[in-house]
Amino acid sequence: MIRSLLKFLLGKMLRLVVLLAAISILSFMMVKMAPIDPVQAYVGADLLKVSEAQREQIAAYWGLDQPPLAQFLTWGSAVLKGNLGTSMTFRQPVTDVIAERFLSSLALMVSAWALSGLIGFAAGAAAAMNRNTWVDRMIHWYCYTLAATPAFWLGLLLIMVFSVWLGWFPLGLGVPAGMAADQVTLGDRIYHMFLPALVLSVTGIATIALHTRQKLAEVLDSDYIIFARARGERGFGLFWRHGLRNIALPALTLQFASFSELFGGAVLAEQVFAYPGLGQATVQAGLRGDVPLLLGIVLFSTCFVFAGNMIADLLYTIIDPRIRSRDGGDPLEAG
Amino acid sequence: MTVLEIRNLSVFFSRYYNWFRKRTEACLNGLELSVGAGQLVAVIGSSGSGKSLLAHAVMGILPRNAGWSGQMLYKGELLTPQLQQRLRGRELALVPQSVSYLNPLMQVGKQVRMSGGGVRSRTELRSMFRRYGLESQVERMYPFQLSGGMMRRVLVSTATLGGAELIIADEPTSGLHAELAQETVMRFRELADEGSAVLLITHDLESVLPYADAIAVLYGGTSIEVAPAHYFSGDGTMLRHPYSRALWTALPRNEFTPPKGKPLVRPARSAAGCPYREYCESASEACRSGQIPVRRVNEGWVRCIDAT
Repeated sequence: MIRSLLKFLLGKMLRLVVLLAAISILSFMMVKMAPIDPVQAYVGADLLKVSEAQREQIAAYWGLDQPPLAQFLTWGSAVLKGNLGTSMTFRQPVTDVIAERFLSSLALMVSAWALSGLIGFAAGAAAAMNRNTWVDRMIHWYCYTLAATPAFWLGLLLIMVFSVWLGWFPLGLGVPAGMAADQVTLGDRIYHMFLPALVLSVTGIATIALHTRQKLAEVLDSDYIIFARARGERGFGLFWRHGLRNIALPALTLQFASFSELFGGAVLAEQVFAYPGLGQATVQAGLRGDVPLLLGIVLFSTCFVFAGNMIADLLYTIIDPRIRSRDGGDPLEAG
Repeated sequence: MTVLEIRNLSVFFSRYYNWFRKRTEACLNGLELSVGAGQLVAVIGSSGSGKSLLAHAVMGILPRNAGWSGQMLYKGELLTPQLQQRLRGRELALVPQSVSYLNPLMQVGKQVRMSGGGVRSRTELRSMFRRYGLESQVERMYPFQLSGGMMRRVLVSTATLGGAELIIADEPTSGLHAELAQETVMRFRELADEGSAVLLITHDLESVLPYADAIAVLYGGTSIEVAPAHYFSGDGTMLRHPYSRALWTALPRNEFTPPKGKPLVRPARSAAGCPYREYCESASEACRSGQIPVRRVNEGWVRCIDAT
């Protein structure tokens, strides 16, 4: 068991390295082709005061006069040493910016992730147990509507209704404006996070609900449910042992595999709510031509999504007895 | 003592064939059957003739869109849904036909122990498994790891664990080679000899004949004849329904002539008359209308007006 797990992890790590290398090359090429002028990004608004000669000096200082391949190698070897460079927007090392921004994004993403998982799973289970009734149809309709709703539009709508008209929630930002950092309470943070988390969770609900409904409907129609009933099992015990347990795993896997949508959604949600997370930093880095930060975020988000997918794979390998034994592990030892 | 008596049982499905109109389709029609303690009654019918529905109706686990009419008596008591719920997994046991009837993600032993709404003890399970020659490690296996023979024994053991008085086996020999089929039927014979009433539903006449007390022949969704097993011998003249005789002569060891016409698995659109009349040589005008009455002839009964 331990050995096969190590083998699994080693294989995954190898794949991650290859993936990161490919992503680096691809993103670097794309940045090079994009109409971004790094010198202008570095100098910022003072562009008019900088002469042509000074620009060339700056370019030479940053190595921008070298051919692209040499530039890539310079950047790549620095990355390998753990140095992602300095963000020109934040005037801070890229790693610091990512760490700080990711932490505040993490709270947002985790709560949205848990929320969408719970709501989606509950809705899907409710729909399957009331198949072809009005409950099922309502949940279906709701899911299709949610799936067709752009997150940023929903965000704007919620701001309009709950922040502007009703005044229940703040307009944006992660903490109350103008308050000293040490005075901000956990309550303040949750209060500011509520609407963005809600918007971010919406993208995941429909997928998980429809998937759960389908799976549970299959289970409820299955022969083994019939036989379990024939053995006298019934009610919640029957549902728990043979229904929930058999669909919870695929649902959880799907949820872990949805990290990419979560990250993509965070970019939009954070932008709409001016929430100071990694998503917002991504937009800023893109708009201001902050190449080191942009590439750093790309690499980081790759790892993030990869981790989600790996957890999903791992869950299946550990929990599902059929896959477990195919991988060489003996379920008799594990059980 | 009669353990199960089925009188005039019909099972039907209702489905919408467009938005508004609902149509009911009968799958079993006017079925009659009884089985006593210590008896093994085999129900013979072609595949897809609603034999499983018979099992599910007695157990009270028909699908939601199915309904039934008629009377089912368990030890003389009307078998209501409440009674079925109380008996399931205890006095009433079903032995299903394939591995798909076990939860693929749950250890076999755990599932078998969960009979009758409660969890049975490990020791009880172990002694039961030993009886069927299953090693104790089988308890912790998952259904996909069992061989066909082991699977069958595990499924049979689910019936014995609860000490069931009525055991309904649904196609327990389908897909088994002759030797294993025989072993399986023998196990049910054993259970009958210990005092249980066994209803064995199958399409395989040959493998159950040596062990059955009586054979009920299903055709067109109804039982057309119930005869003692020894009637199926010689040239079959002791059998009184032409279809039962056709089934008998179709066996490889007899004339090996297939029954005429295609097997009628569902009741004809009009339930009136004998379902076999189109293929019967001695069919008369009287076979076309009305309900063919059940006639008791010697042992068993037959639903044929020509029977003597």
